[in-house]
Amino acid sequence: MTVDKPSFHSSSGSDTEIAKPKEQKSWVPIVLIGVAIAYLALVQYIPAINVFVQAFSKGVGPFLSNLTRPAFLHAAWLTLLLALISLPINTVFGLCAAWAIARHKFPGRAVVLSIIDLPFSISPVVAGLMIVLLYGRNGWFGPWLQAHDIKIIFAFPGMVLATAFVSMPFVAREVIPVLEEFGKDQEEAARTLGAKDWQIFWRITLPSIRWGLLYGLILTNARAMGEFGAVSVVSGNIADQTQSLPLFVEDAYKQYETEAAFSAAVLLALLAVVTLVLKELLERKTRIKDVE
Amino acid sequence: MTTVSPSVEVERKTPFWKRLGRVPWTWRITIAYLTVMLFIPIAAMFLKASTEPPARFWAIATSDIALATYNVTFFTAIFAALLNGIFGTLIAWVLVRYDFPLKRLIDATVDLPFALPTSVAGLTLATVYSDNGWIGSLLAPLGIKVSFTRTGVAVAMIFISLPFIVRTVQPVLQEMEHEIEEAAWCLGASQWQTFWKVILPPLFPTILTGVALGFSRAVGEYGSTVIISSNTPFQDLIAPVLIFQRLEQYDYSGATVIGIVLLSISLVLLLAINFLQAWARRYDSR
Repeated sequence: MTVDKPSFHSSSGSDTEIAKPKEQKSWVPIVLIGVAIAYLALVQYIPAINVFVQAFSKGVGPFLSNLTRPAFLHAAWLTLLLALISLPINTVFGLCAAWAIARHKFPGRAVVLSIIDLPFSISPVVAGLMIVLLYGRNGWFGPWLQAHDIKIIFAFPGMVLATAFVSMPFVAREVIPVLEEFGKDQEEAARTLGAKDWQIFWRITLPSIRWGLLYGLILTNARAMGEFGAVSVVSGNIADQTQSLPLFVEDAYKQYETEAAFSAAVLLALLAVVTLVLKELLERKTRIKDVE
Repeated sequence: MTTVSPSVEVERKTPFWKRLGRVPWTWRITIAYLTVMLFIPIAAMFLKASTEPPARFWAIATSDIALATYNVTFFTAIFAALLNGIFGTLIAWVLVRYDFPLKRLIDATVDLPFALPTSVAGLTLATVYSDNGWIGSLLAPLGIKVSFTRTGVAVAMIFISLPFIVRTVQPVLQEMEHEIEEAAWCLGASQWQTFWKVILPPLFPTILTGVALGFSRAVGEYGSTVIISSNTPFQDLIAPVLIFQRLEQYDYSGATVIGIVLLSISLVLLLAINFLQAWARRYDSR
């Protein structure tokens, strides 16, 4: 840090430091904070509160009866299943990719990083379309799949593929910076002492990346449970069969069953709240985002 | 820093083709998974598109209805991203520089659109901004219809792209040195001059990166926009919905052609974002 700070500043480096110069007008921060909160309220807060108010507008009774409908229960079960399958797959991939990228220096590293990020920038509908073009009736593997009586499109396997696709990069993305920061000195020390690869991973690497990994898992889970676009393209959206919770919300809304839609939406919104709370806790723990 | 370990030294001396033979299994899993999940699907799409004669490809890609959806998708997304560029920077600024009650809570909830499933976002935005909704009922007397119009599509795009801008600008703003601003003040610059001439220029590439990220997300967005829009062609039909409709009609080539257009644009945007990030870093090291 520099020593020669202007004398009218407290050198604490706190947020209020900037408010002290004489030219600062006292109303400026208030107006800016007001505008920021008003914008967030219009775009985010009011719609978010609306979900809860609409769901309970007629009391808890109708809300609960909506939640016991077979179509809803099946959708909730499917959503859970989708997350349960795509989470471990993407964790294994994410860890491997993170290890491969963070532990090796090679030309074109930036390109590989961008490739891993690709599923984020591809529109979910396009992702679904690609899966249809591969596994659909007229797709590359279509004839072979039909000959063996395997159904992927308009069935559960297709939904798994779509979910795994859109939630692919989260783990790798969160783990790579942690691995890089941690460095490989300890791993190499362990190797010199005769530890096997597997032992090094369990006893040294995993403990050091656990918070980053958990962070990636939370994000993967949120995306897997909430994905709508890609899943709706490949699933065909058949109630009681290939309808996940986000699809149920849209379907109920389209059929003017707004209350049922909002009842399911509340559950997904709660999932979002849990995700945000866990994220915040992890961010404080790991200082991924240094607030102060 | 640390010295180069012997194993790395050896690895560098072995020729590339010899190293290729003993690729670690982590690499093999990564490459295999990427191939199955990403490369083959993308290849399938480009190959499917290449079976169309160029003239027909062009005709589908630039048909009236397709052009109308690009118009709605891209101009609305640019509008949403730019608006968020202004307000997102303002929100990041407020969160970094000022202290006020509930700041922590507000900071945490900026990420809400990342966590909230898009169909829920579409559902609640459509309700809030409908003619008898909480905000829509206030706008209706003014003759402003939001839900089931292009304005509604813009609202949904603003919702989902806002955190990209805030979260891109926030860390850079945090690391910016106060000293430069203080120097400007000491030299007699007004607050406004300090902002325009000292703070904004180094921040500009970062803001642009955030805007590009938000734009890229808004262009591809499906869940929330399909619910809040009436999906009427030539009015508020967006490109992803057109792809979906083509697929429903089993018009695979039609869907593929528009899909290729969207995919190419996201690839170009990805390049642009990488370039912008490199530009922002160059500013950083100066």
